[in-house]
Amino acid sequence: MFKAMRASDLLKPRPEGLYCPPGDFFIDPVRPVGRALITHGHSDHARSGHRSVLATQETLDIMGLRYGEDFAGTTQAAALGETLDIDGVAVTFRPAGHVLGSAQICVEHGGMRIVASGDYKRQKDATCLPFEPIPCDVFITEATFGLPVFRHPPDHEEIARVLKSAAQFPERSHLIGAYALGKAQRVMRLLRDAGYDRPIYIHGALAKLSEYYQSQGIDLGRLEPATVESRGKADFAGAIVVGPPSAFADRWARRFPDPISCFASGWMRIRQRAKQGGVELPLIISDHADWDELIITIKETGAEEIWVTHGREEALVRWCELEGIAARPLHLVGYEDEGD
Amino acid sequence: MNRFAELLDRLVLTPSRNGKLTLLTDYFRSVEDPDRGLALAAITGDLNIAAVKPAMLRALVVERMDPVLFGYSYDYVGDLAETVSLVWPQPQGHIPNHVPTLAEVVARLQAASRSDGPRVLARLLDDASISARFAIIKLVTGGLRIGVSARLAKQALADLGQVDVAEIEELWHGLAPPYTDLFAWLEGRAEKPRSAALALFRPVMLSNAVDDNDLEKLDPTDYAAEWKWDGIRVQAVCEGGVRRLYSRTGDDVSGAFPDLAAAMNFEAALDGELLVGDPREATGTFSDLQQRLNRKSVSPKIQQQYPAFMRCYDALQIDGEDLRALPFAERRKRLEAFVGTLDPSRFDLSPLVAFSDWETLERLRQAPPHPIIEGVMLKRWDSPYLAGRPKGPWFKWKRDPHTIDAVLMYAQRGHGKRSSFYSDYTFGVWSGPEGSEELVPVGKAYFGFTDEELREIDKYVRDNTIERFGPVRSVRADRRNGLVLEVAFEGLNRSTRHKSGVAMRFPRISRLRWDKPAAEADRIETLQALLDS
Repeated sequence: MFKAMRASDLLKPRPEGLYCPPGDFFIDPVRPVGRALITHGHSDHARSGHRSVLATQETLDIMGLRYGEDFAGTTQAAALGETLDIDGVAVTFRPAGHVLGSAQICVEHGGMRIVASGDYKRQKDATCLPFEPIPCDVFITEATFGLPVFRHPPDHEEIARVLKSAAQFPERSHLIGAYALGKAQRVMRLLRDAGYDRPIYIHGALAKLSEYYQSQGIDLGRLEPATVESRGKADFAGAIVVGPPSAFADRWARRFPDPISCFASGWMRIRQRAKQGGVELPLIISDHADWDELIITIKETGAEEIWVTHGREEALVRWCELEGIAARPLHLVGYEDEGD
Repeated sequence: MNRFAELLDRLVLTPSRNGKLTLLTDYFRSVEDPDRGLALAAITGDLNIAAVKPAMLRALVVERMDPVLFGYSYDYVGDLAETVSLVWPQPQGHIPNHVPTLAEVVARLQAASRSDGPRVLARLLDDASISARFAIIKLVTGGLRIGVSARLAKQALADLGQVDVAEIEELWHGLAPPYTDLFAWLEGRAEKPRSAALALFRPVMLSNAVDDNDLEKLDPTDYAAEWKWDGIRVQAVCEGGVRRLYSRTGDDVSGAFPDLAAAMNFEAALDGELLVGDPREATGTFSDLQQRLNRKSVSPKIQQQYPAFMRCYDALQIDGEDLRALPFAERRKRLEAFVGTLDPSRFDLSPLVAFSDWETLERLRQAPPHPIIEGVMLKRWDSPYLAGRPKGPWFKWKRDPHTIDAVLMYAQRGHGKRSSFYSDYTFGVWSGPEGSEELVPVGKAYFGFTDEELREIDKYVRDNTIERFGPVRSVRADRRNGLVLEVAFEGLNRSTRHKSGVAMRFPRISRLRWDKPAAEADRIETLQALLDS
């Protein structure tokens, strides 16, 4: 089919991020720019200091909580599924299933449609809307877990392992390391779905975001601060505590009796990663697509060309070659894996 | 199979002994026969399955997936068994309708012939979950490497049945997988299994360390003294033509010492120390002994260079008569007469050390006649041979440890209660010419300090970190800055694995020398001199 536009003229990598020349905007820029479209609230994608920001209402709220209300000059909320016109470029936000408010951004102009999916996953998650595959010409995929070794098990099986361990070691506390935005709330929600109804103790760094999730109708049950100085060690026996992973190596963790350190992350698939981090109970719970989800998604979009970004690009590019799909790594800099 | 796989996954990452025991006893309690017995056998190394070579495993997987993608995966993970368990592609449309039990897996592997072994393995992997695939591959590649010794598994059984672990050890070699009668007894559903097997292990008698004020309360005439040999405690048992050499925890080590086993042509159970050399001429040092340890097979050359012999110090049974209830003095007489009948190149007597008072013995202890002596043993003349570590009849009085002043170089986070503390310390001593000294690491220690001292060192580590790698911090340590640790250790071996060329035995932190400037810590030459003495 004839395309009036080449894909590389519609979106191209620049040091600031992915740039759309006809629409004069960036997607998830890593430096302050004039006009930014943002897929989700993780700090490597959502930075402060842009002149204007277009994102879902939830992502705007999350940015406000993290950076303060003046994080951008002006903001505009993008409604999911609604197409906006930006200087002749049609832009549509659709759910990405990554964290609350996360979206893919579909960019269309001159008969060429590119979907920048941001970070995404396909496993169902009660804390955000599910990913919607969008037919497109070019699909830009993340590759955080772009190796055939990454196969995420069903998340409820992982949560069952924590609850079993808590029953086996009632005198100890279980500290679950989980990133503050998304993963932590998903873990709490999974605990509730598994029938755990005792209070969950949380590190102070999770308080604001968890409260925000609750305000959006995501029930996390009773959360109590794990930071009360008057609480004795014995009170935490048998408790489940959720906090950012960095806190568990910290002196903060000393208030808990003989803690079992758990870490909820796709990286926990690799034993050596768990071992090096001193993790006793790895929980393979990820907000990123695993290998199987990546390749299913690529097929479902029907894209003729795949651009692969942040992660292990080479394996996914190789897989596309074997499948006869054009693919190339998109060398974008500045993205880490805050979400996992 | 899945429960066994889950057990392995947990054990690998659980550092604490008590945590491992809880996981094991829970498993044995909740899993039925014969799976639990087969799991036990897999852990203790008593399960016989024909081995699959790594090359075969790799060949199986690249028949099923792109070799380039497999290569990327293996490079990333670094462990073949783990990589294969993760990338193994389930056949298209294949949904296993039944998760095989451990017993079914073991039966299929044991029934496989050499030629259809790989095919049987592949079918099992097709039907298994990721964790189960890892467990199956571990079973067929030999050696689970999950940080659980046979001894720990037996302790878990003892915990399960609320019995003394010595009872399990005594029974062990008469039992076979899947240990159904053992579990029945431990669960109170049957009598203790009686074994018809010959040459069983007898639980050993252990000693207590002499404490500061012990000796003044003891009468020297009540005790015999012997040298304490720094070899390997062994028990040689021969009964009705069956010969077994056991370690002190009841592991059969006959295979590692075929030369000694060949000379065991008697009817008795003897307790003694395994050493190398020719007892009539010279006893080898600990370094010599090390040439015989931790080897899968022993070449004739090594056997000839470092022949194993046994220095006997007790007799538990001679010609069918159980001597354990007799007093030590009586057992010793029988032992002396009996050892005289054995091959003198393979068996000798541990001599008694004559002394009249504790001061005399103290002088002998401080200046032993051979480097492989690490102190003296005191045994009450009237003591029967009791399993375990009864307080009173036997004492070990070790040579004082060596100490050295070293500088803290790296600290690693601990586990469990210590997971928020930097509690494992790598320390070094100075090396190199004056003016350009460098610290060279000489060992690692993670105990010997009080909880209060741990907090102090932890603060010091956090305040003086110069680099981090995962759970490890590199600590400021140069001529002007550094924390000096007094490290006590039992001995020193040459080592080709360590840059310093030495390896400490049993190092621990004996004192924190906040007062001592880093530049005044010891030099490597001090250790080298110890090695040569």
